[in-house]
Amino acid sequence: MIDAVAPGASRPLFRIVLPGIAPLMLLASAAAMAGLILLPLGVVFQEALAKGLMPYLAALKETDAIAAVKLTLLVAAISVPLNAVFGVAAAWTITKFEFRGKSVLLTLIDLPFSISPVVSGLVWVLLFGAQGIFGTWLIDHDVKIIFATPGLVLATILVTFPFVARELIPLMQEQGSDEEAAALTLGASGFTTFWRVTLPNIKWALLYGVLLCNARAMGEFGAVSVVSGHIRGLTNTLPLHVEVLYNDYDSVGAFAAASILAGLGIITLVLKTVLEWRHSGELSASRKH
Amino acid sequence: MNFRRAESTDERLALEIKGVSKQYGRFPALKDVSLQAKDKEFLALLGPSGSGKTTLLRVLAGLEEPDAGEVRFGGEDFLALPVRLRKVGMVFQHYALFRHMTVAQNIAFGLTVRRRSEKPSKSEIGDRVADLLSLVQLEGLEKRFPSQLSGGQRQRVALARALAIEPKMLLLDEPFGALDAQVRRELRRWLRELHDKAGVTTVFVTHDQEEALDLADRVAILKDGQLIQLGTPNEVYEHPATPFVFDFLGAACRMPGVVDGSRLLVADWESEAPKGAPQGPVDVFFRPDEVAFAPLDGAGLAAEVRGVTQRGPDVRIDCLIEGQTVELQAHGPTLPPGVATGLPVRIKPLRPQVYAAG
Repeated sequence: MIDAVAPGASRPLFRIVLPGIAPLMLLASAAAMAGLILLPLGVVFQEALAKGLMPYLAALKETDAIAAVKLTLLVAAISVPLNAVFGVAAAWTITKFEFRGKSVLLTLIDLPFSISPVVSGLVWVLLFGAQGIFGTWLIDHDVKIIFATPGLVLATILVTFPFVARELIPLMQEQGSDEEAAALTLGASGFTTFWRVTLPNIKWALLYGVLLCNARAMGEFGAVSVVSGHIRGLTNTLPLHVEVLYNDYDSVGAFAAASILAGLGIITLVLKTVLEWRHSGELSASRKH
Repeated sequence: MNFRRAESTDERLALEIKGVSKQYGRFPALKDVSLQAKDKEFLALLGPSGSGKTTLLRVLAGLEEPDAGEVRFGGEDFLALPVRLRKVGMVFQHYALFRHMTVAQNIAFGLTVRRRSEKPSKSEIGDRVADLLSLVQLEGLEKRFPSQLSGGQRQRVALARALAIEPKMLLLDEPFGALDAQVRRELRRWLRELHDKAGVTTVFVTHDQEEALDLADRVAILKDGQLIQLGTPNEVYEHPATPFVFDFLGAACRMPGVVDGSRLLVADWESEAPKGAPQGPVDVFFRPDEVAFAPLDGAGLAAEVRGVTQRGPDVRIDCLIEGQTVELQAHGPTLPPGVATGLPVRIKPLRPQVYAAG
């Protein structure tokens, strides 16, 4: 890489110091960090390892736990790519076209953020549950959605829908559509333009959105809890598995499963930080925060 | 050059626009615009913002579809062709370079997206890129990314990229709008030379009258989506069709007057009315630097000098004429001796334009 200063990339930040306030602020944020984030995280691992390493590993090797991990990965593996595609499509539609009802679409995309995840789960039960609108038809045709993997996937997709789109929209709005217009005048087809101009311009933001989407997909509790039915080894994802074990007073098992979730969270955080550090100019979220 | 051949190509129409209209919601962006450009002509679309000039350019490129009208290029129905088959090179105000590609990749883009059967070989593309880089005087920068270039350099890359596809027509949308004055003036001359060298019909959008008058073979002046006047820079500057055009093309002084037969009366100054002037009450426009200072007993508008400000070679003379303060422009060394603050003078507009009072 040749190092040259890209205009508008990073300007020197002027620091202001408010006498007397600064130490207080520092202290308060340090206390909050320690008390609200590091302490619980430490407790998870401490409780998981309370009876030593062997019981911890045994809890992880238990068949229901392995089934929960597999199910969680399966649900994420289906819903995250789908949401990546939906998110790019929605962001593309909103930023590259002018149409009526654009603000309605924007609000709809944000809806999963503003409604409780329980509701996001419940709508699927109301649609596809035994007493739901399509319930009888589904039973007649022997299709299981609720209390089965398809229901978990639907609930996860709904809850995690905004992540990719929300990350892409501000960036694509800022980039405008001149580059696409230029590509078209140069003889590129619509597909080529998308593949060679649009996608490379948003790739880091897309990856960032996918990362956040994935973290939420694996950690989602409320919505999947409604549609899962809590069948051990069958419809329990990791977060649900944690709850079941905890209610059984199996604290080592519960915290061992929780430690996997915490580990996933930490990996996400590291990847997110790396992305923000290396590609801050191409992410919209990092500039807002 | 063979004179007769040049003549015949000159007269051939390249671009024909007939009755083009375009509406955004309830806002009319273009209203029944018709104009033509000759082969290899440099045409400027000049107008204030919101005049529809950029919309017209985007219609030519195929990026916007008009609601009504016809666009032909070389006799071919242009509106029936999608953007990518029109072979127009477009240059945007904010460059629109592909930010993740190097300069060389940007210039080669139009060649690399061609269908396999029409795609030049790698070495041919390399040669073409090298030729274009030297044409736009950017040799040695092929490996840079757009963010590592100055504004002027970026716009030259954009131009090279547009020329790479050997366009039938070059469309430039305020290409110098984002550059500073010095760079703008340099690039302007250079662009005209490039146009003459490349020999391609060019349509250039600008809101800068100086740029349009300096660059173009003909200037089309638009206002509120309508074509107001079309002509060579001299025609439109010396015979503006409306007060708007007069005002838009340069500084203007405006006085009420009356045309009676072949006489024009402005305050106590009587002169011959210009040809084709409307009868009755009129608005008289003249340029503040196109005046003569007449002897006190001669013909001219009675005025009182309020102030004389010298700035380099130019002199600004603030005059009070008929209760109206007018800023006149003169050249220092030719300023007559009688002009000084507080003294009465007589001013004779050299080329007044007369429009029906509105």
